[in-house]
Amino acid sequence: MGLLNERDQAAVRKEFEKLSGPVKLVVFSQSLEAAELCRQNEELVREVAELAPDTITVEVLNLAIDRERAEAYGIERVPAIVVEGARDYGIRFLGIPAGYEFSNLIDSIIAASSGTAALSAETQRALAGLTEAVDIKVFSTPT
Amino acid sequence: MRLAQHMAVASDRVSATAIEATAFPDLSRAYRVSAVPKIVINDRVEFEGALPEPDFLGAVLRAAGPAA
Repeated sequence: MGLLNERDQAAVRKEFEKLSGPVKLVVFSQSLEAAELCRQNEELVREVAELAPDTITVEVLNLAIDRERAEAYGIERVPAIVVEGARDYGIRFLGIPAGYEFSNLIDSIIAASSGTAALSAETQRALAGLTEAVDIKVFSTPT
Repeated sequence: MRLAQHMAVASDRVSATAIEATAFPDLSRAYRVSAVPKIVINDRVEFEGALPEPDFLGAVLRAAGPAA
């Protein structure tokens, strides 16, 4: 029995028809810390990836062991997911992306796949002019 | 998170992190999260609730600009 029911799977499969380029989901876990959350997070990511096996790959890393990779990705906590497309766009999910954040995970996979942002031309022009790094944190709850 | 992640795709400078608040009570406390969604940009500009794209962009530009 999976975390995604048949209706979820069908909806995600439909969304994944928009996928173009390859996407890698890098999952960080740790056996000692938040073990159950990490296990569920890994399972969720694998179930999502199985809905587009030709496009989405999954790599599971251990925060305590794969320290250099964690540092390179800026991951300090688990469970965590990095959504990478042709490059690392800087998209991270900390904690299991359930509820509304699950839709955002799927949406981020599609955006990373194409490298195309669904934003107005005006917004994209303004962002192109940024000279400083911008770190956006979005806190949410599953419900 | 939707606008944030699209901004991350649009710009090399932007990164977007979704944080499940109940799983990380230390972070939620540190960023004084009392209502969600709560957005914190460069630890300088913050707001609660969803904003339309132009307003979200305005918050990003304020956070990226020189300190007042």
